[in-house]
Amino acid sequence: MKYLSEFRDEEIVRTLLNKIRKCVTKPWNIMEVCGGQTHGLVRHGLLQMLPDQIRMIHGPGCPVCVTPVSLIDKAVELALEHDVILCSYGDMLRVPGSTLSLQQARAKGGDIRILYSPLEAVSIARQNPNREVVFFAVGFETTAPANALSVEQAYRQKLKNYTVLSAHVMVPPAMEAIMSDPDTKVDGFLAAGHVCTVMGLSEYVPLVEKWKMPIVVTGFEPVDLLEGIYMVVSQLENGEYRLENQYKRVVGKDGNRQAVDLVKSVFEYRDREWRGIGEIPMSGLFLAQKYRDYDATLKFGPLKERISEDSGCLSGDVMKGKIKPHECPHFGKGCTPEKPLGAPMVSSEGACAAYYNYATQESTE
Amino acid sequence: MNKSVKVELNCPAPVNEFDSITIGHGGGGKLTQNLLKSGVFSLLDNEWLREQGDAATIQLNGKTAFSTDTFVVSPLIFPGGTIGDLAVNGTVNDLAVSGAKPQYLSLSFILEEGLEMKLFQQILHSIRDACEEADVKIITGDTKVVEKGKGDQIFINTTGIGEMHSKSKMGMNRIKKGDAVLLSGSMARHGITIMSKRNGLEFETKLNSDTRPLHRICLELIDTFGSQIHLMRDPTRGGVANVLNEIAEQTGKGIQLNEKVLPVEDEVAGACEMLGLDPLYVANEGLFVAIVDAEIAEECIELIRKWEYGSSAVAIGKVTEDHPGKVVLHSAIGGRRVLAQATGELLPRIC
Repeated sequence: MKYLSEFRDEEIVRTLLNKIRKCVTKPWNIMEVCGGQTHGLVRHGLLQMLPDQIRMIHGPGCPVCVTPVSLIDKAVELALEHDVILCSYGDMLRVPGSTLSLQQARAKGGDIRILYSPLEAVSIARQNPNREVVFFAVGFETTAPANALSVEQAYRQKLKNYTVLSAHVMVPPAMEAIMSDPDTKVDGFLAAGHVCTVMGLSEYVPLVEKWKMPIVVTGFEPVDLLEGIYMVVSQLENGEYRLENQYKRVVGKDGNRQAVDLVKSVFEYRDREWRGIGEIPMSGLFLAQKYRDYDATLKFGPLKERISEDSGCLSGDVMKGKIKPHECPHFGKGCTPEKPLGAPMVSSEGACAAYYNYATQESTE
Repeated sequence: MNKSVKVELNCPAPVNEFDSITIGHGGGGKLTQNLLKSGVFSLLDNEWLREQGDAATIQLNGKTAFSTDTFVVSPLIFPGGTIGDLAVNGTVNDLAVSGAKPQYLSLSFILEEGLEMKLFQQILHSIRDACEEADVKIITGDTKVVEKGKGDQIFINTTGIGEMHSKSKMGMNRIKKGDAVLLSGSMARHGITIMSKRNGLEFETKLNSDTRPLHRICLELIDTFGSQIHLMRDPTRGGVANVLNEIAEQTGKGIQLNEKVLPVEDEVAGACEMLGLDPLYVANEGLFVAIVDAEIAEECIELIRKWEYGSSAVAIGKVTEDHPGKVVLHSAIGGRRVLAQATGELLPRIC
């Protein structure tokens, strides 16, 4: 843990908080795009330590939260009606579909396995030639390269029983959608460091220019987050807007070209529905023509029709930064981690769950 | 034409010629008897098992503690232990933190058809060793066999009884403002060790489970400090955070923790970071939380540290009248957050 301790140092945190306090003169709304950053802010108690003028808005950066109900329903259907081995990341299991979550489907006998890598799913497919194996590929730019690699491996090994149910979404189109919303309250962004590790910085330059808003690529530790906030506030106070990189120790300007090339060869960009937000143009990854045999939706039939999410859940407004999680009337009452109405209450990276678990019990006393 | 068939009424094959559990081993007949006699009774031998009665008869003096638990861990064999020693130590520790000296256990198996006899024997040996270390006797039990596919190789239930220490005055109602919250060692080792061996999550680690009996330390604490030990609990599933939440909820008092002093080994902390898990919510086996009078906190820690299993004991927080019913962590960087009860199964995060 020695490489982490300096980014959790109380003295450096105090110094940064003082710098922010000295710098800030008026109220600013800053959106941390990534769920990992939301988690960091609440886990370390940073939200209460920031000056009152700074309002952190929790963005749509939790891949579990934004996966549409129809895709979860499809995954449940594959597990229960097509008898596939359905492989998924752990977080996805509790997210409610229109009737069942994957966890409930597993209890009904579905062969649903929690994996950490899609390459493991390829091994399972190789070891079970008589079973169909589907990997539920959820995540942002960070997990897309590994999923692309799994498809590439299956292709090279000529596997006939491996497919991917792709729910991949891209972060910059979501930021564009938030900026173009006339009701947006966001003044500046902390961009997700991990995403930029893969994709580099280039996609953010046109966003800064078009919307004249500061974007600071930021890490996940307390010192990272405070430094990122300080950099955004400094720009805002000076009337400036530019792209800055707080997370230089990890993020290079060009990202990981090999990973980007792999993603671009296996997937293609198309419009994608985001749960709670709606359709965002060119924000989803779908398998390219060459790899269509590995597309679970083509092999097992199309997705169900779009399901209405009329649960009263205001997660869309939470993820767009229009309200705080505890400002939703269902928060902590009809909607809890045990019985979530919407996905942000399910995943530990979801803004609602982060508030529920760490902060709000105290603030709602 | 009738064919004459010679029927053997007594199968001459001894149990050890089977290399796996069959449905017949649960039938209650000769195979069951052979399995018990050659496999179980010979290994766990004592005067009660030799009786083979429908119930064991024992003599207990004074107040008695009684506890039961069922063990379903996967994998069955893991670094530092097996489902067998877990089943013994788990119940021993439930009695120990209740202030009792564990004495007698029952042992019940649900075996799945096809379980390898060699694996079963290995688990039995670990049960025997754990009983010897904890100085408890298995005096009654049961064996059932379920069809292939209807179990997960082996489930074990243990029930234990033990004599309460006469000086024990523990209970939720004893907890008061200012009490110190002690932890007997470092957190999350068992949960992370098990997770490192799970399919799809395997990662390299030198960690061992902390499965071990705690009763000697617990009893010495009670013997030395008596009624000043207000409560003990073992934070197994759900980890330290859930046990402390239960205490806060039941007493209506607040518990304040200091993140800086929380004991977590580097390798465990690294694995938790990698998996997106909080060590406060990860399972332990050989660890206990003690709520004690603040006056004796330092002496308690000294006492616990003298034991091999307690060398990293530390005070992690205190009982408070603030934020009643809640556990609040003061973060290492000076922030605060509520530690809520965990929801169901621990699931690793995507990113």
